Amino acid sequence: MRFESPATVEEATHLLANADGTTRVLAGGTDVLVQLRLGLVKPDLVVDIKNIEGMRSIVAEDGGYRIGAAVSGAEMGEHEGLVALWPGVVEAMELVGSTQVQGRATLAGNLCNASPAADSVPAMIAANAIATIEGPLGLRLLPVEEVPAGPGKTTLSKGEIITSIFLPARPKRSGDAYLRFIPRTEMDIAVASAGVSLSLDADGTIETARVAIGAVAPTALLVEEAGTALIGAGLDDKAVATMVAAVRAACNPISDKRGTAEFRTKTAGVMAKRAAEIAFARAGGTK
Amino acid sequence: MSKIHVTTTINGDTVEYLCSPTETLLDVLRDRLDLTGAKEGCSTGDCGACSVTLDGRLVSSCLVLAAEAEGHEIATIEGMAEGENLHILQTKILEHAALQCGVCTPGILVAAKALLEKNPDPSEEEVRFWLAGNLCRCTGYDKIIRAVLDAAAEMRGA
Ligand SMILES: Cc1cc2nc3c(=O)[nH]c(=O)nc-3n(C[C@H](O)[C@H](O)[C@H](O)COP(=O)(O)OP(=O)(O)OC[C@H]3O[C@@H](n4cnc5c(N)ncnc54)[C@H](O)[C@@H]3O)c2cc1C
Repeated sequence: MRFESPATVEEATHLLANADGTTRVLAGGTDVLVQLRLGLVKPDLVVDIKNIEGMRSIVAEDGGYRIGAAVSGAEMGEHEGLVALWPGVVEAMELVGSTQVQGRATLAGNLCNASPAADSVPAMIAANAIATIEGPLGLRLLPVEEVPAGPGKTTLSKGEIITSIFLPARPKRSGDAYLRFIPRTEMDIAVASAGVSLSLDADGTIETARVAIGAVAPTALLVEEAGTALIGAGLDDKAVATMVAAVRAACNPISDKRGTAEFRTKTAGVMAKRAAEIAFARAGGTK
Repeated sequence: MSKIHVTTTINGDTVEYLCSPTETLLDVLRDRLDLTGAKEGCSTGDCGACSVTLDGRLVSSCLVLAAEAEGHEIATIEGMAEGENLHILQTKILEHAALQCGVCTPGILVAAKALLEKNPDPSEEEVRFWLAGNLCRCTGYDKIIRAVLDAAAEMRGA
């Protein structure tokens, strides 16, 4: 295995594009190192991106925030502006692992590891987050939901890396939230999860809403009908019931030791309902 | 396999070592530098026995490649006491009998120190959440939590 720690994006993408065999980008390493240790992957080349300029900063941009691909969960949680604008995305990232894992784990790594249960992903999808991808052919922007292709697989091509994730500006009366179900209180993998982001008009009616779910399909899913169901009302019971039904209809989970497909489907609806209530309250809505 | 030359700072001292690309920081601390305070429990980031700080941030040294330490600052349990003088956290762990086999203790101490530097007055719940990634199979945690809260109070001068 070769280890490289380039100083520029160009160098990193060049190394990855021209390497033979298996390559891994190294951000926080909290998935890569585990896979190395367990012998699950034997990379020929590992490219550490943490010494690339700009990768470790959170920058205000157009009323939103651009989060460098090497920013850790702990750094996100300490950024007051980011926490105020996108509390749901930050709380989702903060659920990843322990304090030790938080010191290293990144949003982009969580996304690119492409676990169906990755905690930050439904929250990012609900938030309309955009990944900036750079590669040998230049730069492209991709909605976060289009990055994972299935368990452990992404739509990035050889040599491409995510350099940052952009969380956009939002109207004043907005809120987002993320919830997962796990059998313990800490340090476990989601059995079912949901992220909700919504904005209210001046009367407290929901104007826009996005609902995304995790751990109930091969990738986290944006459930457009679920978001649509919430629009035009003030989170009343009827709208919520329609939203929950849409979430459950979108579920396509596996059964495993953590939960049966039936339990996961039911729980995804419950998580979406509760996350919607939190997001609504954060937006300043009252029922 | 060609070796990588790394220059880093460990407990305030400049340290140089040669490592292979697949070695972890934990491997190098224990096997090359004779700093065996950090323990290898699970080697997959779950148990916290290998906790160290990297530029002041608590991390599991089993999830850091040794080559990544280049130019950074590492602090391990070996840097906690000043000579013969134990850190208050160490004294409190002893006073509260908050250890039995001792394998988790260095990790707990490094983690607790990082907590108190960030938050000198944590609630019991905050201590429990902060230490959730440090597994102990002997004590049942309660004595550890009491020891950390007691140390925090003493360090605040309360
Ligand atoms: C003890 C423990 C507990 C955990 N708990 C959780 C949990 O509760 N929820 C959860 O979702 N996850 C959890 N994880 C998994 C992991 O911590 C997260 O997925 C984390 O966000 C990964 O980020 P990273 O920066 O460490 O990624 P890395 O390990 O550096 O990389 C992960 C993958 O993404 C690729 N990659 C990384 N960055 C980029 C980039 N910029 N561009 C392209 N590809 C890239 C890598 O090549 C690799 O394939 C846990 C891990 C451990 C060890």
